[in-house]
Amino acid sequence: MNTPYISAWFDDDEKLLSGLKVFKEKGIKIADVLTPFPVHGIDKVLGYRRSWIARVGFIGGVLGAASALVFQAWVFTKSYPLNIGGKPFFALPSFIPVTFELTVLFAAFAMVFAFLIRSKLGPGAKTEIYDERITDDRFVVLVDINENHSEENIKKISAQMAEAGAMDIKIKLTENK
Amino acid sequence: MYVSPVREPLIKGGKNYSKVTEDITRPILTKPGKLWFFGITISSIAAVIGLIAMFITVRDGIGRWGVNRTIGWGWGITNLVWWIGIGHAGTFISAILLLFRQKWRTSINRSAEAMTIFAVMCAGVFPLLHMGRLPLAYFIFPYPNTRGLWVNFNSPLLWDVFAISTYFLVSLLFWYTGLIPDIATMRDKIKNKFIKPIYSFLSFGWKGSARHWSRHESMSLILAGLAAPLVLSVHSIVSMDFATSVIPGWHTTIFPPYFVSGAIFSGFAMVLTLMIVARKAMNIEQYITVGHIESMNKIIIATGSIVGIAYITELFMAWYSGNIYERFAFYNRAFGPYWWAYWIMMTCNVITPQLFWFRKLRRNVVFTFVVSIFINIGMWFERFVIIVTSLHRDFLPSSWSMYKPTLIEVAIFTGTLGIFFTLFFLFIRIFPVVAMAEVKGILKTSGEKTKH
Repeated sequence: MNTPYISAWFDDDEKLLSGLKVFKEKGIKIADVLTPFPVHGIDKVLGYRRSWIARVGFIGGVLGAASALVFQAWVFTKSYPLNIGGKPFFALPSFIPVTFELTVLFAAFAMVFAFLIRSKLGPGAKTEIYDERITDDRFVVLVDINENHSEENIKKISAQMAEAGAMDIKIKLTENK
Repeated sequence: MYVSPVREPLIKGGKNYSKVTEDITRPILTKPGKLWFFGITISSIAAVIGLIAMFITVRDGIGRWGVNRTIGWGWGITNLVWWIGIGHAGTFISAILLLFRQKWRTSINRSAEAMTIFAVMCAGVFPLLHMGRLPLAYFIFPYPNTRGLWVNFNSPLLWDVFAISTYFLVSLLFWYTGLIPDIATMRDKIKNKFIKPIYSFLSFGWKGSARHWSRHESMSLILAGLAAPLVLSVHSIVSMDFATSVIPGWHTTIFPPYFVSGAIFSGFAMVLTLMIVARKAMNIEQYITVGHIESMNKIIIATGSIVGIAYITELFMAWYSGNIYERFAFYNRAFGPYWWAYWIMMTCNVITPQLFWFRKLRRNVVFTFVVSIFINIGMWFERFVIIVTSLHRDFLPSSWSMYKPTLIEVAIFTGTLGIFFTLFFLFIRIFPVVAMAEVKGILKTSGEKTKH
């Protein structure tokens, strides 16, 4: 089913932020905000929680460190103990560099994959381009009117949005998938 | 009352957001100029010469190189260390300067990271070829095999395998995730119906959602946090290839910090060499300003001075240790048969960067370009001096020898320069050379228009 939504844009990040605050006060449901660069403070206005991508990175790092350390220890104490200049088989200091490298490698990959999967991004991922200038200089706001798309409600919301400085307020339908 | 001078704007010319997009995408959307064609022709010819020499090396074996039993490392490892070092500036700019919130990095980080990736690719060529038997190169990785044997995890050479491959992959991730929003800009800008789908594919479906930006920002910050110690570890490990051996001139604990600062020093020199040409050729002088060049020159003085102190410390320790072999190694470096290499190194790396104490010279683009070339040469000779002069006269005078590169070795080095510049020329035509989204983010605080 095609659901209608309202799209509008601001031409400046500061106007966007103040506009969004007004939207929030008026109880307008913001579906998404699309910006050409990360606008600082927007998370707070929209009430987004902090991304937990950091935790994914930490888990990846721990996994990397553990597997590197365990593997090296296993190789040199169990699988094929090799006498290298009479040094101990379990030579922890010389296992550290490889452990460190794998920690970084696993953490980085875990984070990037978490980011891509969570944001549904990937090579050739399909996306709806709401406005070709989002990646240039437009700050687009999409407003959810799914629950009540009676004409007067739309009119009311549009008027409130225009008051808050939004431009080019339009009602659109989501593309049928 | 004392009023501090207003900082000069990072982005000049009173830009707005769409002007930034326009300026940065213009070189990609328009036909390349003569200079670009000239550059890529020369560099791809060099690349082809190098590939032929690499083929000859693989076909005939390492005997085609000038290395011998006494000097086993020669130009191959010199070039490896030089290229890896150059790569370090890219990561330094994108990771360490991000953590320190240095806004000027936003204009140069994209191209510096690209430089890192290309430099590491060039570096990788040398150890692979030096193995002699390229088809057996996979022996360096620990994999289950019928002999039941593993690699030696106690060896810095093996640490290098892990360090350099991790460094390459993490740099690639960092660079590409940063590129995604800018590729999306290209996707929306390009009208050509054959090229647009390619950018669309590469843009990973980016739409600029606030949620995505939020994740993207935390990811970039943590990736920077990971890349910062990584870059320090890579050259530390490279230096341990030398420091853990018993060769006089190599066996010193000063090596890791000395190599890391040398790497950043040489890397910034290469960034300057590339950027001074690119900003002119691509008309982005308002984004990469004289202020940016000055900031980079300040890092050159800092790291160059550390390198200078390291050289002097080495000399002092050689004398103070009382070790006759160590003393001889350093006497031989300065006054032995390779004295010229030593003095080229000293002049280029210790004396020339000190000229940047003068503000006039630091802000002189032509002078900076010349000095950056000097530093590139000097840092190449540093590795040559460390490797060749230490090896050619070691403990046994009966095995003393001299080393001279063959034409094949010279051609391979030229070839990697060719590959590096070819890739760089392609890069500036395909991807936005300045991180547009990041520049737009600092435009209000550091652009010219909003200065009070």
